[in-house]
Amino acid sequence: MTILETKNLSKHYDGVAAVDQLSITMKKGQITSIIGPNGSGKTTLTNLLSGLVPFNHGVVMLSGEKLNQIKPQTAAVLGITRTFQEVRLFNQMTVLDNLLVVLTERNVFGALFEKHKQHHLKIAEELLVKVNLWPSRDQLAVNLSYGQRKLLEIARALAMNAQIYLFDEPFAGLFPEMIKIVVAIMQELRAGGKSIILIEHNMDLIRQLSDKVIVMDTGKLLAEGNPDAVLAKREVIEAYLGE
Amino acid sequence: MEYLIHLAIFCAIYAILGISLNLIMGYTGMISIAHAGFYGIGAYATAILSYNYGMNFFLSMLIGIITSMIAALLIGMVITRLRGDYFILASLGFNFIAFSIMLNWQGLTRGALGIPGIARPKLFGLSFMLDQNRTVNLDFLILSLVILGLIYVACRFIGSSSLGRVLKSIREDETAIQVFGYNTLNYKLLIFIIGAGMAAVAGSLFASYISYIDPSTFTVNESVFIIAIIILGGLANLKGSILGAIFLVLLPEALRFIGFPNEIAGQMRLGIYGLLLVILMLYRPQGLMGEYKL
Repeated sequence: MTILETKNLSKHYDGVAAVDQLSITMKKGQITSIIGPNGSGKTTLTNLLSGLVPFNHGVVMLSGEKLNQIKPQTAAVLGITRTFQEVRLFNQMTVLDNLLVVLTERNVFGALFEKHKQHHLKIAEELLVKVNLWPSRDQLAVNLSYGQRKLLEIARALAMNAQIYLFDEPFAGLFPEMIKIVVAIMQELRAGGKSIILIEHNMDLIRQLSDKVIVMDTGKLLAEGNPDAVLAKREVIEAYLGE
Repeated sequence: MEYLIHLAIFCAIYAILGISLNLIMGYTGMISIAHAGFYGIGAYATAILSYNYGMNFFLSMLIGIITSMIAALLIGMVITRLRGDYFILASLGFNFIAFSIMLNWQGLTRGALGIPGIARPKLFGLSFMLDQNRTVNLDFLILSLVILGLIYVACRFIGSSSLGRVLKSIREDETAIQVFGYNTLNYKLLIFIIGAGMAAVAGSLFASYISYIDPSTFTVNESVFIIAIIILGGLANLKGSILGAIFLVLLPEALRFIGFPNEIAGQMRLGIYGLLLVILMLYRPQGLMGEYKL
């Protein structure tokens, strides 16, 4: 079942097309990886899908619903969440508060009369234990190592309990043990019927995790399909290696 | 004793201003130079209503709070959409407008002449003013401290709620928290309005205590002074705001007792005052009680 589809999606910056007439689909309960050389439009695509930047043309179909535009705060309501290529934590807040803030009340007046509830704390604890950060829960996020910061950002995305997760280079800069944790999280999400868009440069991980690979180059769709078949295509190898 | 009570009342008034601006700036990260404008609205509401209509202080304070909050709502709907430097400039613009109205709407504010004879508070027959059998202004100090306590508790309640956590996340990365489904404009607007209401309380106290106000108190300099209080005390730390207010109100007074030659005493005091602030910011940029740097 198709959960997300883009039709002729385009984003231009001063006449330069970052995403150009892109039409792709992703299925529910699958990991769809997006690869391509630097500047190919991968991160711009995640920014468009998470509402961080508005698109110029095209539409996004989400579970059959047509969206002419996505705003940042509505992306969460639509069941989309994300991590960032450059980690964006709430640095001067504790590790625990980085999670509680996405778990608690969204309504402004409701938030005034709520601290956090026991079940919020329980979810936060489960997620922090999962990424080995529970012992660091009272530390400020700014004091974590780079890898720990990446893991906290992933835990924060998990706290959203979304339908679609956009992971932008989640493995970059991680130690092997941390990579195992993130791989297990993604596999668990897929097993739970969640859908993932994964942007990654590590081809071994792409092969290991992906159900489908989409290759982008200069904002356009270059190839898509089964990982082994796509990665063997001559135009894909040329785009990456410049042959 | 009278002198110490006078200083303590000023400390309380500036602590209220510091705490309320800390919600806006320390918690939410909006560097507002508008605060003296809201302070002035509260002061002028009490002054005008007391001078023209003999209105009870507490009622005039309530009207001042409401007026200030309405002004904050109107200005906030525009400027909370701005971020960083643009927000600072827009808030500065509001302070200029507020000052200009205080100075030029002479029919209402008496302009540069100011408003004299502002009445002291009365509550259940108790008058917060000099009484032959009472220590001068002690009642007013108690009233100021009670109001400061109430505002401190209210701000602490906000700061420790889920709302307070969201405000801090807005300060840290507004775009990131939006991605998690928060309409940050609502949060910024609400806290801007609450902070403005609290600043008006300080204004009412000031007007009633001094019994005379003119526009010169509510300039951009005053906003900068309030910002200095919370940076010195520590951003997002309410106790720090109280400490910052005490420090900045008392320091110039303490320097009076150093005994500089009369002809340079004023300049020397200002020079030392500035130097101490620079040294403090160099060695403790997070402020006296703060945990994070601006």
